[in-house]
Amino acid sequence: MSITLLYFGVLKDTLGCSTETLAWDGGTTATLLDVLRGRGEEWALALAPGKVFRLVVNQQIVRGDAAIPDGAEVGILPPVTGG
Amino acid sequence: MYCDITVQTAAFDLGAEELALRAHAGDAGALVAFQGMVRAHDEATPLAALFLEHYPGVTEAEIRRIAEQAAARWPVSACRVIHRVGALAPGEPIVLVLIAAGHRAGAFAAAEYLMDYLKTQAPFWKREDFVDGSSRWVEAKASDDAACGRWHD
Repeated sequence: MSITLLYFGVLKDTLGCSTETLAWDGGTTATLLDVLRGRGEEWALALAPGKVFRLVVNQQIVRGDAAIPDGAEVGILPPVTGG
Repeated sequence: MYCDITVQTAAFDLGAEELALRAHAGDAGALVAFQGMVRAHDEATPLAALFLEHYPGVTEAEIRRIAEQAAARWPVSACRVIHRVGALAPGEPIVLVLIAAGHRAGAFAAAEYLMDYLKTQAPFWKREDFVDGSSRWVEAKASDDAACGRWHD
């Protein structure tokens, strides 16, 4: 069981990663952020609550905690700066 | 409401887009156009290019959601949004919003609302590439959030 993670904007540079496949035993977006923040100080800082604007699960923007099904595509979005 | 949203690298033609939208505008008495351009001198070091990326599919859907919210508040009959991505030189157009509505007040308000929410909600990210070779991702502005907040009344 696995999920695909997509990183955008500044996160790609600070984490040195634009996409990855992650083994996944089930859980929610909060579970995922805990796992990623546990990778070390750099990850914990880059993905601190104020640094993550939103998560997107299977192309749907998530507001609050949401389940991540097996095989999902999860986008991790820093604060947006368009327009 | 007619609503057409495109995210593209290519330039756009404001005149051609305005003509095309009028064909879908029904009995609208007002058409407001907003075009945003890349500024060269936001920082001490001049900008060589602005690089934009987005989240394909998610970005278009989010802009559509914002346009539908605007249409629920004002009598918008037609809407066209084009947002460019990739490397853009200073002075180049970056975003186009066209709103056709019954009267001017609704058209002005809907265009401002759409831009305020687009800047703070739609998944786009800007990186400034400077003439000295340095670059940095633009940080979200509190003033943009504040501009959005005024619509909650």
